[in-house]
Amino acid sequence: MSVFWLCVIVLAISAAGFVLGRQRALASAGGISGDLHSLPSYYGWNVFMKVVVPAFGLMAIWLIVAPMIVQNNVSKMIPASEIEEGSNIGLVMAEVRRTAVGLENAVAAGVLDADTATNPQADATRITAQLKEAGQVVTAEITQPVLQAAQSYRASTKTSGLILSVLAILVALGGAGFAVRQSHKDYRARNEVERGILALLIAAASVAILTTIGIVLSLIFNTIEFFRLYPAIEFFTLLEWAPSFSGRGGASSLGILPLLWGTIYISIIALLVAVPIGLFSAIYLSEYASARVRGIAKPLLEILAGIPTIVYGLFALLTIGPMLVSVFGQDGLGWMGGGRSVMTAGIAMGIMLIPFVSSLSDDIINAVPQALRDGSYGLGATQSETIRQVVLPAALPGIVGAILLAASRAIGETMIVVLGAGAAARLSMNPFEAMTTVTAKIVSQLTGDSDFASPEALVAFALGITLFILTLGLNVFALYIVRKYREQYE
Amino acid sequence: MSDASLPNGSLPSGGANPQSVSLTEPDARTKKRNAAEKRFRAYGIAAIGAGLFFLVVLLFAIVSNGMGAFQQTFINVPVYLDPAKLDKKGERNIDDIKKVSTFGYNPLIQKAVFDAVQEAGIETPLEKTKDMKALISASAAAQIRDMVIENPDLIGETIDVRILAASRVDGYLKGRVKREDVARDKNIDAEHLDLVDGLQQAGVVEKTFNLDFILGADASESRAEQAGIGVAMIGSFFMMMVVLFLALPIGVAASIYLEEFAPKNRITDLIEVNISNLAAVPSIVFGILGLAVFIQFVHLPQSAPLVGGLVLTLMTLPTIIISTRASLKAVPPSIRDAALGVGASKMQSVFHHVLPLAAPGILTGTIIGLAQALGETAPLLLIGMVGYIATNAPDGIASGLLDPNSAMPAQIYEWAKRADPAYYERAWGGIIILLVFLVSMNTLAVLLRRRFERRW
Repeated sequence: MSVFWLCVIVLAISAAGFVLGRQRALASAGGISGDLHSLPSYYGWNVFMKVVVPAFGLMAIWLIVAPMIVQNNVSKMIPASEIEEGSNIGLVMAEVRRTAVGLENAVAAGVLDADTATNPQADATRITAQLKEAGQVVTAEITQPVLQAAQSYRASTKTSGLILSVLAILVALGGAGFAVRQSHKDYRARNEVERGILALLIAAASVAILTTIGIVLSLIFNTIEFFRLYPAIEFFTLLEWAPSFSGRGGASSLGILPLLWGTIYISIIALLVAVPIGLFSAIYLSEYASARVRGIAKPLLEILAGIPTIVYGLFALLTIGPMLVSVFGQDGLGWMGGGRSVMTAGIAMGIMLIPFVSSLSDDIINAVPQALRDGSYGLGATQSETIRQVVLPAALPGIVGAILLAASRAIGETMIVVLGAGAAARLSMNPFEAMTTVTAKIVSQLTGDSDFASPEALVAFALGITLFILTLGLNVFALYIVRKYREQYE
Repeated sequence: MSDASLPNGSLPSGGANPQSVSLTEPDARTKKRNAAEKRFRAYGIAAIGAGLFFLVVLLFAIVSNGMGAFQQTFINVPVYLDPAKLDKKGERNIDDIKKVSTFGYNPLIQKAVFDAVQEAGIETPLEKTKDMKALISASAAAQIRDMVIENPDLIGETIDVRILAASRVDGYLKGRVKREDVARDKNIDAEHLDLVDGLQQAGVVEKTFNLDFILGADASESRAEQAGIGVAMIGSFFMMMVVLFLALPIGVAASIYLEEFAPKNRITDLIEVNISNLAAVPSIVFGILGLAVFIQFVHLPQSAPLVGGLVLTLMTLPTIIISTRASLKAVPPSIRDAALGVGASKMQSVFHHVLPLAAPGILTGTIIGLAQALGETAPLLLIGMVGYIATNAPDGIASGLLDPNSAMPAQIYEWAKRADPAYYERAWGGIIILLVFLVSMNTLAVLLRRRFERRW
């Protein structure tokens, strides 16, 4: 029985339970709902909850745990001789799973009869041919142990599914029976249901924590795996980035430093574009502009923040790049080889960050108390002197925080550098040269056809964790500064 | 400030002769200060000007480069479906007809175009029918083959068809392919361009609106003229549905808990810090999470909109939670007190009174979160929604969620990566469509806010 139908059955039981529970509670009060402790529907929901929660809980746990147990048992059937050089048990098990699915589908399609599919002595080569004929994806020749493992896998999966169906329905019925019996006019159904809803709310709130845990665990486990295959000291100190996908292991040099340099260089250029423009815009908008100008210019600038990064990436690649080449390229000053460079990506990223810097600084400048300005005007200072000597120093910590947040954005930005910055990792000072960043390399290392066990693919996780720690650190620090600053004037 | 103090006040150094100081004539120092004031103001205006200039340049680049994608060059010719080529046995047996591959159709189409050239009386050194190949899209043969297979009775007749012109021809009519570039191009010669000019005058070649770009599927690398964004749009749609159905309930539930029920303790603090930090995690990290958890660990299929939707859900959740909490906070406590006063439980007061009042704000925040998710690309690269040619539209909800597909921004990235400049035009065109969606979503959010916003 498929999981879908099982869900439908459980839901049907719960719906019936809802009606029964409600009726039974009403009957116990002689049909007068005013005599009940809770509104009648709460009794129904109480039953519904007590059917659905245990039944679906059981199904969820079973669907996660059972395949692991089955897999564990089946993998014991595979002799060590089956595992070829350069392969591992995981790959063989994947083949076993594919074969099992193939058998299932082939039987369903009528190419294979059920007896042959379950016969451990069946000829593996013939079955391979039959499976291929049935259009099933089987990579190579199935060997006898793999076939037997697949048959056992298929059988155990079937049994496990059957047990689950029976158990889930029993649990659902049991829950329904228990809760319907509870439905009495004095039973505090509302409190019970509300406790359930509260648990649901708490579960939703903890999704955020689970996400963080998921990020941290997936990064850490794969990074540990990477450092097992590749020395950590080389990763952090090597000045060269040259992954090789042909020769595995030692042939690659995977040093993070050139990538970090590219990341920082591009971010610096982006900030050199974004900070002056953003800061002066914020000063003008908050100190000088009339309400009308502000009402027009601010939303217009913020459009820049709403444009997806892929658009900036394309803008860098196809507009900024060729423009820079026409000035600094071979026909011009001769500093630039191709359209992709640190400058190309940096300018596009800077444009993207303008509204980010300006709206954060705007908030912060607005938070400076008017009394400080009035005091300065009272002493005879002009408006610009007030801004430069009073408002900005007062807002400085907040503005630094805003710039740090923008820097963290720049470091984590992916699409602009993937399209605009180039693919070669270089340690160079020339901003017109192509360089690459941590994010761009995460993309290129994980989007190839490599398997996830090679150090060349796993290095992306080590890069990911570096990026995560870097941006998180910058953020936490920036938010700390901004918060400290806000407290000062509240 | 008294009049007497003014001259001295503007001259704190005090060394100058008091008689040269006039109230109406500013002295040198004041002039300098005023000039500094003006400069400072000018910096501000220049900065805003620069920001707006970039915006204009960006929008101009998008529109001027992308509008071409909505037009396409077609060739209208009568094609004679020669029975001797398409159905040698003459039995109109569908299996025999299917055996004729697109290679069997190419000469017929080339002949048709060649005849059209002769008819228009264009002088050309291209004397072989095969020379017409450069004008015709590789998709034309497949298009006519599909027509024939659907209706075998067409064989032996002459049908008027509208076939796609090759992307170089299209580029020539749009000004992308210049005559001076053609010398180095092995796909097309200057003589072909002369032909195109002639055929355009004869009305055989025409440039019209291209609906297939909006509704069609992606095409292989060599057929830029055929590629469309429609299938990727469906992929994006399914992803947005996943985000909507997961992020909205989870986000609202989490906000209700944090805003209305959570006790002030360490765990609550932890959750709050977590949410604000998640909002700042680079999107690519969410892609890594999706790859490691949903694909490696749970074994969900690669390239599936379901996985994309799950990753984007986790990414959008902080945005939705932050805006939902703001709108819950905006509901005055008197509403809650009144509900509690007439005997509602805390849960009832929240669900029956606070939540409906906060709904417009929640809706606005959700739409903005969805718009953000719609344009996000980086995480989709990692879960395999690129490098894949999305040619088949899904035929149901399950296949829409689980079959490999692309998404609009991923499709744009894919086109930007391809070597043929004809694809750049498609990429810009795709951006126009993406931006149309984003602008309408944001406008909707603004309108909803205007319509339902309530000040207490």
